[in-house]
Amino acid sequence: MEKITLAHGSGGTLMHGLIDSTMIRKLDNPILRQKKDSAILRIGKARIAFTTDSYVVSPIFFPGGDIGSLAVHGTVNDLSVCGARPLFLSLGLIIEEGLDKNILDKVIRSAGEAAGRAGVDIVTGDTKVVERGACDKIFINTSGVGDVYYEKLSVSEIRPGDVIIASGTIGEHARAILSQREGIEFGSGIKTDSAPLNKLIRKVFSASDKVRFMRDPTRGGVATTLNEITASRPFGICLEERAIPVSNGVRQACELLGFDPLYLACEGRFLMVVGRKDAAGVLNVIRGDSCGKKAAIIGEVTKEHKGRVYLNTAAGGKRLVDMLSGEQLPRIC
Amino acid sequence: MKYIDEFRDRRLIDKVARQIRGAVDECRMYNFMEVCGTHTMAIFRYGIRDILPDNIRLISGPGCPVCVTPNEFIDKAIEISRRDDVIIATFGDMFRVPGSRSSLEKERAAGASVKAVYSSIDALMLAKRNQDKEVVFLGIGFETTAPTVARSILLAKKDKVSNYSVLCGHKTMPEALKVLTGDPGLAIDGFLLPGHVSAVIGARPYEFLPRRGKRCVITGFEPLDILQAILMLIMQDRPRIEIQYTRIISKEGNALARRAMDRVFEKCPSEWRGIGRIGSSGLRIKKEFAHFDAGSRFKPKIATPKENRACICGDVIKGLKTPPECKLFAGACTPEHPVGSCMVSSEGTCAAYYKYSVQRLADSV
Repeated sequence: MEKITLAHGSGGTLMHGLIDSTMIRKLDNPILRQKKDSAILRIGKARIAFTTDSYVVSPIFFPGGDIGSLAVHGTVNDLSVCGARPLFLSLGLIIEEGLDKNILDKVIRSAGEAAGRAGVDIVTGDTKVVERGACDKIFINTSGVGDVYYEKLSVSEIRPGDVIIASGTIGEHARAILSQREGIEFGSGIKTDSAPLNKLIRKVFSASDKVRFMRDPTRGGVATTLNEITASRPFGICLEERAIPVSNGVRQACELLGFDPLYLACEGRFLMVVGRKDAAGVLNVIRGDSCGKKAAIIGEVTKEHKGRVYLNTAAGGKRLVDMLSGEQLPRIC
Repeated sequence: MKYIDEFRDRRLIDKVARQIRGAVDECRMYNFMEVCGTHTMAIFRYGIRDILPDNIRLISGPGCPVCVTPNEFIDKAIEISRRDDVIIATFGDMFRVPGSRSSLEKERAAGASVKAVYSSIDALMLAKRNQDKEVVFLGIGFETTAPTVARSILLAKKDKVSNYSVLCGHKTMPEALKVLTGDPGLAIDGFLLPGHVSAVIGARPYEFLPRRGKRCVITGFEPLDILQAILMLIMQDRPRIEIQYTRIISKEGNALARRAMDRVFEKCPSEWRGIGRIGSSGLRIKKEFAHFDAGSRFKPKIATPKENRACICGDVIKGLKTPPECKLFAGACTPEHPVGSCMVSSEGTCAAYYKYSVQRLADSV
């Protein structure tokens, strides 16, 4: 009998297969079928974005953040990249028997502070405690709603010639987690990129009405997110390896452990497809924000290689950039 | 980043690429084999084939340790993993490698305890932390990993760690190259020899290659290393062994690492997936260290190993065929559902072709 493996949860090909073959097939409806970061709902005259996400990160405290702030940022960002203003969040807790009360206090305080900074309220919640071993310390689910103020975001708006912008250096969150998990220090200044992006994204939408699409590159990283965009579409995406912002610390971690930064998760970055004429202006706006200082144009939408993401390598060659398959594995020699 | 940025410098890369174009004889083909899986991955990742003239053909060789590990080894590891008192510690690449009937990844989902580690020393630490369990490390790889595994066994003996053992599948590289260069079907002009294996064994064990008319350059793993090595192969006036990777490799290699290997292991015949049995190409744990030999401690009983007959991993490993020539490639065999080991290993030739493939890119007009 087929079993679910960890690779099914990695954000890559297997997970997409599972979602299509099981969740979408068995729960099918037109809104679910769109597979957006948030469902866009029409309730009366209002257009509401609605999303949910579960957080099982280990360790629960890591440089620059913790599971509480991460759970708020993640849901705020999933609403924001869909052109919505995040308003209200829920907080569902599954706690392992024996967890120190101090740890719970710390996580909840952190979630509250993160909500405060993002300007959202946590308005409902749920608490369950399970036997020791039935979960690992604490798992959190957050759902969120927001009102949609920018309605033009759609993959079908993307045209060859459009430009891809990354809002900052990639893979910092994965590096922060790895540094804790593997006990290896990679350079100085290790810190997750986890941050609420709603205010920055709002500025972007005020600066341009040529933003075609936006998504935050979480599990599976930039490579997987861009492949989700090009899948079965009449265009390709060409990346310029030398233009992709990667910090020295992330590069060191990748060289040492055999990872490709294109597949490392970010929790406070977005990727954006924008009309070429507006790209420079939008880039200036992003770089003016504390979350977007290292933003860069990393590639463009092409007529060639429809449905594919490819890369002009720093060495001058060209190669395919595929979706993540399996878990990212450490190299053995 | 020092020692990385310099070797990815675009100006230098362009310069060496121009020198290669200037040096090649346009009237002939050059068939060079990159022996090491890390070279294969680097060549694809940096798009190096794109930069080379059309008459230089790079053939991927047998130097991916996961790819040449036979089903029998994986079946044994799986059998041991089914014991309640065992934690399997392994390099991450081994997780998804399909054995005859299952994989460690599937066994883990079914309840086996399988943990990824970055080194055998990590596995030894795991044993020290879990004294009520048996920690079995899957020892695979060439002379690159074998000394560290030997060291872990020596440390385990010194520290009296009785719950640590190694399922030994180590292999040595020169013997495989002897078999390959004896195969008349394989026309190779020269070898990009593996950097890290050579860091241990030095240059001497390859001396038979020039005698067989093969040009050799021991090569590093950055794009400039690989291009410079190709240029050196083209420029050799007679077949000989040169070292491009001078910042790591000395002609003598690493005597300390070899001593650890010689202390713990002895030579034995070994089965190479796709190539077959090669005499003296394997390492087994000496009797003196039998307590740390998982094979003799657990005596795993397995059914006769099965291979998928349509899979041409064997010919791919020998450089006789390329992955797109396989009927299973990119259809029945993908990284998610690998049939052969060359698809599952992150350094396998099929995985490289699939992941970075120019063909798949060309198919998408």
